[in-house]
Amino acid sequence: MLGLNNRDTRFFLIVIALTLFTPFLLQPFPEGSAMAQFNAGYPDLMQRFAIYGIFAIGFNILLGLTGYLSFGHAAFLGVGSYSAVWMFKLLSLNVIPGIILAVIVSGIFALIIGYISLRRSGIYFSILTLAFAQMSFNLAYSVLTPITNGETGLQIRLNDPRILDGEGASQYTNLFGLDMSSSFKLAMGDYVFTFNAGYYFCAIIAIAAFYLSLRIFRSPFGLMLRAVKSNQHRMNYTGLNTRPYTLAAFVISGMYAGLAGGLLAAMDPLAGAERMQWTASGEVVLMTILGGTGTLMGPILGAGFIKYFENIFSKINDNILHAWFSALPDGLEGFLVTIIHPFVGKGWHLTLGLVFMLVVIFLPGGLVEGGQRIKTMFSRKKNSDAASDVKPAE
Amino acid sequence: MSNSKFTRRGVIKTGAAAGAGLALPTIFTGAANAFTNEPGAGSVKIGFNVPQSGPYADEGLDELRAQELAVEHLNGVGDGGMLNTFSSKALGGNGILGRKVEFVTGNTNTKSDVARASAKSMIEKDGVIMINGGSSSGVAIAVQGLCQEAGIIFMAGLTHSNDTTGKDKKANGFRHFFNAYMSGAALAPVLENAYGSDRNAYHLTSDYTWGWTQQESMVASTEAHGWKTTNTVLTPVGAGDFSSYITPVLNSGADVLVLNHYGRDMINSITAAVQFGLRDKQVNGKDFQIVVPLYSELMAEGAGENIKGVYGSMNWNWQLEDAGTAAFVKSFGEKYGRPPSNSAHTCYVQTLLYADAVARAGSFNPCAVGEALEGFEFDGMGNGPTLYRAEDHQCFKDVLVMKGKENPENQFDILEKVETTPRAQVEYAPDHPMFAGGELGACNSGA
Repeated sequence: MLGLNNRDTRFFLIVIALTLFTPFLLQPFPEGSAMAQFNAGYPDLMQRFAIYGIFAIGFNILLGLTGYLSFGHAAFLGVGSYSAVWMFKLLSLNVIPGIILAVIVSGIFALIIGYISLRRSGIYFSILTLAFAQMSFNLAYSVLTPITNGETGLQIRLNDPRILDGEGASQYTNLFGLDMSSSFKLAMGDYVFTFNAGYYFCAIIAIAAFYLSLRIFRSPFGLMLRAVKSNQHRMNYTGLNTRPYTLAAFVISGMYAGLAGGLLAAMDPLAGAERMQWTASGEVVLMTILGGTGTLMGPILGAGFIKYFENIFSKINDNILHAWFSALPDGLEGFLVTIIHPFVGKGWHLTLGLVFMLVVIFLPGGLVEGGQRIKTMFSRKKNSDAASDVKPAE
Repeated sequence: MSNSKFTRRGVIKTGAAAGAGLALPTIFTGAANAFTNEPGAGSVKIGFNVPQSGPYADEGLDELRAQELAVEHLNGVGDGGMLNTFSSKALGGNGILGRKVEFVTGNTNTKSDVARASAKSMIEKDGVIMINGGSSSGVAIAVQGLCQEAGIIFMAGLTHSNDTTGKDKKANGFRHFFNAYMSGAALAPVLENAYGSDRNAYHLTSDYTWGWTQQESMVASTEAHGWKTTNTVLTPVGAGDFSSYITPVLNSGADVLVLNHYGRDMINSITAAVQFGLRDKQVNGKDFQIVVPLYSELMAEGAGENIKGVYGSMNWNWQLEDAGTAAFVKSFGEKYGRPPSNSAHTCYVQTLLYADAVARAGSFNPCAVGEALEGFEFDGMGNGPTLYRAEDHQCFKDVLVMKGKENPENQFDILEKVETTPRAQVEYAPDHPMFAGGELGACNSGA
């Protein structure tokens, strides 16, 4: 289907199903139970999963295929957000123009930065992109404040011009009148599932983005990019100019980042300079490596993993810890809380760092490799089970 | 390679079945809520969104202490604090409208993006009905915008920018704290008395909405008293090292340095200024002076010796002698062993004011609560008679002009009151040019 072979079609359908059923999958515990703390099925986080998934898919087109490690991708995310918010302010709160402009502007931006940075490779390329991203951050933070509103962040106001919106138009970001924040809550017994318009909008775009990346991976263009990764010198010696290919990959991945930035703004119309900072650029590198560089599913898993940690683990405070261990004797309870305290709440970065180290050391292929190992482990077990079943009969 | 088994007929059939399946669950849903996060019969949840990391973290942690205390008092635990002195008697120490008050906390990290994500998760995941707290105007404005969109009430914590109730005011947002204009109006006459009217000021300003409006207010009010402004320089929030910004001041010809900094930024910049010998300097035949327009006990504590004799303004101070202050300082001191800061006070009061407004309105509906707060006059909360102005949701009350104490008696006794500037002197019209350009809009209940 859609120009994919059987295996990829199946894979793509699984991704679609996972995306569409996210509101169920992320809400495994009933409301009010002690484990409800770990539910992640609320609109903001689901939107973030989809959006950062797009961001990481795009980043993986560059890192996974060409091997070029960009440390400045957050700049494109930020540029996308700012362009989108400006469209919301000037044209309309309909998200479509904002997102289109976000993709275009970040594409142009990526073309300029890529044209300069791609003259070097390896660590020099990484440092160049990092430098550009830091420059963009500082521009947004303190130089271009009339455009970006600096630290405060660019926001929409009631008296913005919004020339396309009529009198009774929605005051919130919407898709032809459907508010992005509107949700439908489904209560089934103790379970509450939230279906959010914004999430499904992001999810559909994410599926399209995933499909495009799948096609790129399987295309001759993707093969060329892989060739660049394995040996760029040899490609050059055969008389082939690789620069247009790498530049194309860079621009495509920049546009993905811009799309993610535009979506972020569409879900929550505020663009802050922080999302261009180097930490944000580092985050997408973490996502991709954690999930599995060069795999199709890896970056999405990595993005989900990190966003889950950021939003769920960071909310576990001492009160909750005390509630968990309240059944234990006082001394032991205090001890356990003291031990766990640095790893949750504000200290979630510490846990993430440990997980990252473990993954890089023991699963160099990321979470995807972990999944594959488990799969092979189980299939082997089945074989041995079958063998052991046979033995007694003999 | 188009070799899958999908036929057009098959796809249409599956689509129809899926559509029917999706339409089914509507029978499971209960009645729609009348407004966002309508609380159940047993308890009501409120959210405290404060900086627990970043340059303003000290303030945030103190706010959190006060908020926990407020919840205790609302639920009838402890001695009741300001509930006993509050002029409105709608609250009875049995929660809000008979519902037990629960709270969740979030970390704004002093960044708008993070604060907004944290507030969103409180609204969407935890189902809070009101968000309180925060220690930066950038964050306050971002979260206020979010609460307006989500349809819940935002009771701003420490936010001093004119924009919070000016250009960026929102119908669902309320501010108890004073603002930059009020600081300027209260400080300028005192500064003129102390340092004369022939002064040249050099401003170092935090580069965001609060710094901008505070600088604007201070420049306008000091110039009205004859001062000149030599230069204004913007510095990034959380810069850490301010020495590169202090050096140019030495040769600028200015004889007053106005530090529009807050939290750890102010501690770092004033320390750098003192280390560079600014305070021992003579310029134009006058002693060089430093002014910190917005003071806080926690900053003064951090800056230590360096703030002796430095003027600034405050919303409230624990050393005031009215009954409300005494009650609050007593319960705070008993619980935490230290006096509360003015940001703690404002968050405590805001939580009580919200609860009281709900009790008076008889409903948690944000629109009803907003109506109960608009134009509300109250007393007994430590600031004297106070008005929540309906036009911009800003509280109007007396402003304190403070000075770093020369001979502190203990580690908390660092600031002394110079003057209580009466409310009339700091009042302004809602359409004052520094505040114009925004509109409250209609209240949003999320229904």
